[in-house]
Amino acid sequence: MAAPKVGTFTTGLVPLPAENVDTDQIVPARYLKVIDKAGLADALFHDWRFEADGTKKNPPFVIDEPRYAGHGILVAGDNFGTGSSREHAPWALGAFGIKAILATSFADIFKSNALKNGILPIVLPADLHSTLMQIAKEDLAATVTINLAAATMTTPDGASHAFPIDLFSQKMLLDGLDELDYIRTQSDKIVAHETAHPGTINTLQPNASR
Amino acid sequence: MPQTIIEKIWNQHVVDQQEGAPAILAIDLHLVHEVTSPQAFTGLRSRGLKVHRPDRTVATADHSIPTTPRNLPIADEMAAAQVKQLEANCAEFGVPLHGWESPNQGIVHVIGPELGLTQPGATIVCGDSHTATHGAFGALAFGIGTSEVEMVLATQCLLQRKPKTYLVRVDGTLRPGVSAKDIILALIARIGVGGGTGHVFEYAGSAIRALSMEERMTICNMSIEGGARAGLVAPDETTFAYLKGRPHAPQGADWDAAVARWRTLTSDEGATYDKEIVIDANTLEPMVTYGTNPGMGLPISGTIPDPANETDPAAARALTRALEYMDLHAGDSIIGRPVNTVFIGSCTNGRISDLRLAANVLKGQTVAKGVRVMVVPGSADVKRQAEREGLDTIFRDAGADWREAGCSMCIAMNGDQLAPGEYAISTSNRNFEGRQGKGGRTFLASPLTAAATALTGVIADPRTLPGMSR
Repeated sequence: MAAPKVGTFTTGLVPLPAENVDTDQIVPARYLKVIDKAGLADALFHDWRFEADGTKKNPPFVIDEPRYAGHGILVAGDNFGTGSSREHAPWALGAFGIKAILATSFADIFKSNALKNGILPIVLPADLHSTLMQIAKEDLAATVTINLAAATMTTPDGASHAFPIDLFSQKMLLDGLDELDYIRTQSDKIVAHETAHPGTINTLQPNASR
Repeated sequence: MPQTIIEKIWNQHVVDQQEGAPAILAIDLHLVHEVTSPQAFTGLRSRGLKVHRPDRTVATADHSIPTTPRNLPIADEMAAAQVKQLEANCAEFGVPLHGWESPNQGIVHVIGPELGLTQPGATIVCGDSHTATHGAFGALAFGIGTSEVEMVLATQCLLQRKPKTYLVRVDGTLRPGVSAKDIILALIARIGVGGGTGHVFEYAGSAIRALSMEERMTICNMSIEGGARAGLVAPDETTFAYLKGRPHAPQGADWDAAVARWRTLTSDEGATYDKEIVIDANTLEPMVTYGTNPGMGLPISGTIPDPANETDPAAARALTRALEYMDLHAGDSIIGRPVNTVFIGSCTNGRISDLRLAANVLKGQTVAKGVRVMVVPGSADVKRQAEREGLDTIFRDAGADWREAGCSMCIAMNGDQLAPGEYAISTSNRNFEGRQGKGGRTFLASPLTAAATALTGVIADPRTLPGMSR
């Protein structure tokens, strides 16, 4: 199974200075009726981007502004990705071309889902975050280089900043390894645990009828 | 070393823990629904894998199905295709399904408990963030993404890092008109929607102990709205009494053995938590949200906050934007705000006790002119019970719409939705922009507050209802 592989990349910034951006904004629920992962780029931030008749808003929402075209790093407010567990959120971000999100914190489920799709949720200290938000707004030519192997981010002033990422996720993404494949290497231990802990839940067989 | 219940359940489920890697955590129950599972089954198929433990997996259709009579076809082609795909996947992989016409169908977090599948000490997951609901039974229950749904289907395990612990102690006695929903809305208003990030809540204290199982579910359900993936209540006699005799609960000697084991699931004397908060139930009022996240809530006697009073510029900006979206004005009272729709239902407040509370308010009354009142039972079983008690007649006679079970207007995927600009008072869990329909505006509140509002058409304090003396 092809797992996402991430190495080093350089790209521009897109400012989204809103706190608590929830997954209902990232992908509104009515776009969750799909049975595959493809084609969600237009669903991304749909109701912030499109009028009721489906045309783009004028002026456009920030990710549609021509000056930010092709920029792959979203600089967002605190607690990005709050709300629902829908993995459609990182699927849509990835389909649109977002490779990393910089914020002062992320919601737990979103963070986990993003990493599984090769999108880096990078937690920054408040001062560096606000500097980069400013740069994103003012310096359109500015680029940031993210080096996952070194877990560093090079900002437009040439400075290199370490960012936190757990070693496991880092290795999985660098090597393009699949988490399910990893779990399956421990099948013997799983079966042993199940034998030792039979439990009382059985969805196939009711114990009593009402 | 003294342990919390959270650590006890965690430790009992760690299959493997390699240095530097997350734990492989065994999952006791996997709940599946039509919206977050199709891509996971596709993944299994392309890997040539089977469902490892169909006997620990159960599916239902709840999110995208209509709440119109079940003899009508699903009009939305995409929703129909999704439900059909779920049926095909369950048949192919041997997963038991309580499909959309089944007598056991319902919102996934309502049917787990009512079937007795939700049990103390279990690890429970679902591709849905409100899986935290099951924590009411002393289970470690949390929402997962679709990649993780695939992992659990294939291995009945997940990769997880040990969560931090957060004690939420609620002491005292709730006053008349104040309910479980108000406790959780008050907590989230205090700590914010990111306050519990990285943590699991343990709800404790005399006010929590006094709650019924359904009320505990209401509280645990919205743990995610406080940023915590899970929230739980240690099991007690209330828990055991609820479970006993349910279809999938253990029976006879197995029951006795299970209860003996479940009794050990309490936090030890002296166990420590990473964070703690104490809430005084005596001082709580009914709560209503005014903004666009569940942390933007206030006591019903309060007024809309002023961004000018916010010291944090980001918070001021967020509040300004929220008030603009809601078209509300700083300093105005929340009582008296008009609504177009009243929604009573969801995995937060769509159980029989919620419907009884609402029916008690609406009995012999008529809903305000021009207000649409939708009552959506959380499951087919809740619906049957309500009809046995005549609640459907009370709702219909009052002018409310009595519907089939499902998520309905909580997530507005199925056509049950607000028009742009409309206001709803809703017993559900999220008031995000457009959550109940593009451009729709949501006030979150308890079933009592929603029912009181249905009578007047404007947000009303349930404590002014007959029999609710202050």
